[in-house]
Amino acid sequence: MKIAVASGKGGTGKTFVATNLYNVLSTRGERVTLVDCDADAPDDLLFFTAEKISETEVTHQVPVISKDACTWCGRCSKWCNYNAIFYVPTAKVIEVIENLCHGCGACSFACNSGAITEKPVVLGTVTSFRTDKGYPLVEARLRVHEMSPVRVIKAAINEAGEDGVVILDSPPGTSCPFIQTVDRADYVVLVTEPTPFGLSDLRQSVETLKILHKRFGVIINRADIGDCSVKNYLSEKQIPLLGVINYETDIARSYSEGRLITDENDIMAGFFAGLADKIISEHGTGSN
Amino acid sequence: MELAVISGKGGTGKSSVTAAFATLGEKLVVADCDVDAANLYLLFNPEHDSEQVYIGGHKAVVDHSLCTVCGICESYCRFDAIKEVEGKIIISETSCDGCFFCSRICPTDAITMVRSDKSRMYSGSFRNGMMVYGRLAPGEENSGKRVSMVRDEAKRVAADKGMRTILLDGPPGIGCPVISTVTGVDRIVIVTEPTMSGLADLKRVHEVARKFTSSAGVIINKADLNEAMADRIEGWCGAQGITMLGRLPFDRRVTDSMVAGRSVVEMYPDSEISKSINKIWNNLIVNGKE
Repeated sequence: MKIAVASGKGGTGKTFVATNLYNVLSTRGERVTLVDCDADAPDDLLFFTAEKISETEVTHQVPVISKDACTWCGRCSKWCNYNAIFYVPTAKVIEVIENLCHGCGACSFACNSGAITEKPVVLGTVTSFRTDKGYPLVEARLRVHEMSPVRVIKAAINEAGEDGVVILDSPPGTSCPFIQTVDRADYVVLVTEPTPFGLSDLRQSVETLKILHKRFGVIINRADIGDCSVKNYLSEKQIPLLGVINYETDIARSYSEGRLITDENDIMAGFFAGLADKIISEHGTGSN
Repeated sequence: MELAVISGKGGTGKSSVTAAFATLGEKLVVADCDVDAANLYLLFNPEHDSEQVYIGGHKAVVDHSLCTVCGICESYCRFDAIKEVEGKIIISETSCDGCFFCSRICPTDAITMVRSDKSRMYSGSFRNGMMVYGRLAPGEENSGKRVSMVRDEAKRVAADKGMRTILLDGPPGIGCPVISTVTGVDRIVIVTEPTMSGLADLKRVHEVARKFTSSAGVIINKADLNEAMADRIEGWCGAQGITMLGRLPFDRRVTDSMVAGRSVVEMYPDSEISKSINKIWNNLIVNGKE
């Protein structure tokens, strides 16, 4: 089964939950893979000693326009919905603005004079690692200056396969990158914090997950700061509360130094093991 | 002067720092460019002067009464959004990129492009100036276009009200929404935290920032949670020639202020963190005018 760990608001503890969930399952010897889908800011690897197994570049096809073959009909520019073809026929100017191109291929099809060929542009990489405990970790990494992580995220989830439990560490936000990640999951763990900002983003994530018909539950992190409005919201909407984690200096320090609290603190190890059991027994697909 | 606050890593305190900057005294325009997760309005409760439809992308929709299931659309779609399921063409709303390609090549004109119009952009006054922000309808996509709309509206409002400073609260990450937030701004402030993740993401977001301005500066928030890591980040900034704007302590009163619908400088003006934020802001504004 695939479990996505997501949040809406950034910095609520997605990576903390995803890495520790993975750690307790792998320590127990279960088949588990971690996929870092936060391609903008991939940090999961910082918490593990891991060896690189393979790396694949994720590309999309952008047009290359031959001015010699161009008949200046303007169809390519008209078909491009991203304003990525700068076209001034009177001045004989036609240029591809690669940063705006989404690689849809419409312009190549639209061109009647064979003036458009395509070349691959690298959007990012998908890298497979094996941790020192022998478990797979897949990282999606957007290339700096590239615009959209979506293709890279999709490729990383595909790379992870379907074996055992696959944990998807989702990007923040509630739009495309978040949707592309949680849409692949059988169950979504939303990590929030009990503050007005946390609640506002939680609502947005919940509404989005409902549209996607996803099953989900919530973890409240740093539960002893802020107020009780998140708890009230969960009971009002009858959303399962999977657990609460209080703010503790030990946890913050361990995280800040790239360590896993489940390696250091038996109570936290027990908490994450219980969380994993609950999700897998209640929502596991049974097929894998 | 247009000033953008970004972070790379989420949850480092961008919005709390922005809220504090925005309530220090000078009347200004504050714009929330974190369209996915717009939160600042919760502290500022702006009175809406204007509401605009926040135009989003298009999504392809099939009219099954016209569709002959020829599969041409499926074979050309590069976003894996179209699948034939049990003799029916199904277009995934979440995967569709809105490129129009399928609607143009469908031999029976069975595909139309539908534009979502549920999201809204607002502008209005708050207690220390003007505020512009968007609210995305659930399930809708963010884009650089939406960030640009917020920035254009902020510029219009600033000109209209004669305000000289525009403060942008940016999104996390390094992709399109961030690039749209920092393109052409006068100053970039990167808020980080003293963690391994904070530093890793700072490095990436700084690579984006330096393409647009040579004067990006860094604030280490919650610095006392791990002073050694804060020193390491400061060392890295020094080696890169990046301006350190200052360190802020971890202070639960930042959250307490948020719960009360205020910024920390409004609630606790005499706290250490408020004094530090004040100093950083004064330096930013002075440097910005040079």
